[in-house]
Amino acid sequence: MELSSDYLREKLQRGLEAEHVEVEDTTLNRCATSFRVLVVSAKFEGKPLLQRHRLVNECLAEELPHIHAFEQKTLTPEQWTRERRK
Amino acid sequence: LRPRPSRNADAHQAWNRPAHGPGLSARPPSGTTGGALDAMVKKDKVVVFLKGTPEQPQCGFSNAVVQILRLHGVRDYAAYNVLDDPELRQGIKDYSNWPTIPQVFLNGEFVGGCDILLQMHQNGDLVEELKKLGIRSALLDEKTDQDSK
Repeated sequence: MELSSDYLREKLQRGLEAEHVEVEDTTLNRCATSFRVLVVSAKFEGKPLLQRHRLVNECLAEELPHIHAFEQKTLTPEQWTRERRK
Repeated sequence: LRPRPSRNADAHQAWNRPAHGPGLSARPPSGTTGGALDAMVKKDKVVVFLKGTPEQPQCGFSNAVVQILRLHGVRDYAAYNVLDDPELRQGIKDYSNWPTIPQVFLNGEFVGGCDILLQMHQNGDLVEELKKLGIRSALLDEKTDQDSK
């Protein structure tokens, strides 16, 4: 188990069959291992926010106990397209 | 978003009193077992677990939760400081199966952390959820003022 942005990105991509994943290491802002992630996946369709976040949490169940602060944004492919248009 | 200074000097003496009033810090009922936590999240309509207190949040995410509640004029909520109690800090994570603090409960139900509360605030869902609890968001009154100009 590794805690690098690349590792997390790959794991999220695989685990959630994500169309797009961004992982930002925010450790310097938080003084302890921290990440901010954006996940775009069709698996989020029809799911309320809490359920989406739980899917992400499950995907990173092994890593999260070692991460101090974790921010996440979960979008469906449609939401992502709309957001990029803004 | 900066933490507000404490307006209530008695907040320090609220140690053994259950939390009521404008976000007074609460002392958890004895024990942090599932049963005790269940009681805690159901005792008040709005319950938050923070790092720090509403008067002095000790973390940016916990502060964000406090500020959002303040924006909506939610004054009567229970706030538990996990930094006071390592068992509570771990216990609430096990209880809600959620890895981080802050944690927000509405009507006894886990709603999410800071990210989710912020999105609910931005998309209007928070106003609706508060309405279901019989709490009128202050933001609704702001809108009314604008409409009547």
